[in-house]
Amino acid sequence: MSPMPGSSKGTSVKARKRRARQAAKKSQGGSRKVGKKNSWSLLDRVGLATAWATGLLLCSIAFGITIYLAFKGIQYINLDVLITSPEASTEQSETGGFLDPMVGTVLLTVLGTLVAAPLGIAIAVWLTEYGRPAALARFVEAGVEILVGAPSIAIAIFGLLIFQQGFMAPFSFAAEGGEVFGRSFFAAGAIMSLIALPFVVGGTREALNAVPKHVREASYALGKDQASTIRRVLLPSARSGIATGTTLGMAQIVGETAVVVVLLGATLQIAPEGTVPVLDIFKGTGSTLTSYVYQNSPAGEGNAPEKAYAAAFVLMLIVVGLNLIVNLISRKGQQQWG
Amino acid sequence: MGVVDEQENLTNGSVPPLRQIQVEGRTAPISVAERVEVPEFVDQQAEYEEFDDTQPEWFEQIMRTESLSISFAGKKAVKEVSLPVNAGEVLALIGPSGCGKTTLLRSLNKLVDLTPTASREGRILLDGTDTDLYDDTYLRRRVGMLFQQPNPFPMSIFDNIAYGLRERGSKKPRKKELEPVVVESLKRAGLWDEVKDNLNHPALSLSGGQQQRLCIARSLAVAPEVLLLDEPCSALDPISTTIIEETIVELKEDIAIVIVTHNLQQAERVADRVAFMYLGDLVEYGTAEQVFKAPKAERTKDYVRGDFG
Repeated sequence: MSPMPGSSKGTSVKARKRRARQAAKKSQGGSRKVGKKNSWSLLDRVGLATAWATGLLLCSIAFGITIYLAFKGIQYINLDVLITSPEASTEQSETGGFLDPMVGTVLLTVLGTLVAAPLGIAIAVWLTEYGRPAALARFVEAGVEILVGAPSIAIAIFGLLIFQQGFMAPFSFAAEGGEVFGRSFFAAGAIMSLIALPFVVGGTREALNAVPKHVREASYALGKDQASTIRRVLLPSARSGIATGTTLGMAQIVGETAVVVVLLGATLQIAPEGTVPVLDIFKGTGSTLTSYVYQNSPAGEGNAPEKAYAAAFVLMLIVVGLNLIVNLISRKGQQQWG
Repeated sequence: MGVVDEQENLTNGSVPPLRQIQVEGRTAPISVAERVEVPEFVDQQAEYEEFDDTQPEWFEQIMRTESLSISFAGKKAVKEVSLPVNAGEVLALIGPSGCGKTTLLRSLNKLVDLTPTASREGRILLDGTDTDLYDDTYLRRRVGMLFQQPNPFPMSIFDNIAYGLRERGSKKPRKKELEPVVVESLKRAGLWDEVKDNLNHPALSLSGGQQQRLCIARSLAVAPEVLLLDEPCSALDPISTTIIEETIVELKEDIAIVIVTHNLQQAERVADRVAFMYLGDLVEYGTAEQVFKAPKAERTKDYVRGDFG
């Protein structure tokens, strides 16, 4: 495939139109004719070629992973592995399925999102609509950025530190000596919310910033205060941004491994703790697809690579599905004002 | 405590809520009787006689500014402007870009106060009462505003109109109770015939001109006495502009209108009175005919002839 524009054969009408539009847009700015590549300087041409090459490389890597996983996954996936719990065994045929890790992934995602979404929206609203004192706003902003940048293993260890404190015993369980275990769906879910939080904040902020100032003023001009403006105008306007951010955050939780290993115990099966139904599950340990894949891959101890491939395939389907949802929401898009 | 009771009565009844402020050494809030005092029109008219020597007929001032100055971070955008707004009339603020006309307009409903760097000197009176005595939200119900860009809220046409009537963003009062007001507002804004069958459609699906008329209807729903228009047609096509202008002329019977416009033809078409501003100063104020046909100030002459701006 030629990396140069205008020379590719059999381009669709749509693509050609798009190119023409881009060319028209560019030619408004400068005098250089973009349509004719002859007029491009060598540096520009090299730059363009590099851009194309890296873009294509990235695409091929992404497709490579997908196709490889799909190929391996479909080979080993069947209904059985989806509905049976994992068992410890040295024989791969007796290791069961990965029902528990799937349930674990769903539980943890729901738990984390339930905490992250309202918190993230609140932070974003405060940052965009109030943000005073400015120093505090900068501090909060920096905090959110640190959450994005911090290695999840560090966040996980920090979480363990907290959830092993004595007063946190109700969220996992305490051994006879009084030592708190600190690993449970509660603990992992709480820390997972930190992983998702920056995405919710980011999506919401972006959407709120996209609401023109005069829309806020229109609400004030009708005698509304800031609180009802936020509730009735701004948050509804930011719907799609909030949904996008939250879905991205969910995808992060689904793909997170370190937190699961450190804070969920990464036990083979879901192991309820205590006697209260439902609550016992959240107090207990479990695993997710990510930790399951790790443990059963050749890198782990489970030694059931076929199951690992199948689980990885399911994991990828979930993440790709979430990303599709993000695309759908963003395409439907933000409200547009004149 | 008596003060508390009074405050509660104020917010419940139709009487305007008060800010508890200190006026000339007084600590208690000003009593209702004092506040809704009937303005002394005759005196005010005398004060502004110099503005209006061509039309000695009686007119009613609904609003006026007294030596109003507004600065942003110390830089004066409006300088000592005293300007009356008459009921039953359209007042056009004209002048080159950056002359302070939009700032002046936005100060009338205190939107300027939302800018953190803005500071104000002088008084703005609504019905003879200093607007500083009113709650901002109350003032803004009486002084509505329309913006340059149509800006319906992302909700249905019905909910857009009902938005200002609903308290604190709740769904109450019910749709049935609001319907007459919504219908009436849409009719007055000249939009009813086009939207009567799809009141539940999202407002943002309307065309630009329809959106702007929806915004007019939205303002009308809260029954303002003054309507501020900030270049309301600058984002619209000529046909929509004509419809909006016709609506403005119809509305002025009940609502005093202040319009900022760059379009002198528009000012000539809709305005009864015109104020020309330049570099924050109110240079000339008079009837539309006088300002356009026989401007007194040299600056005004140049501007209305199109020599600058």
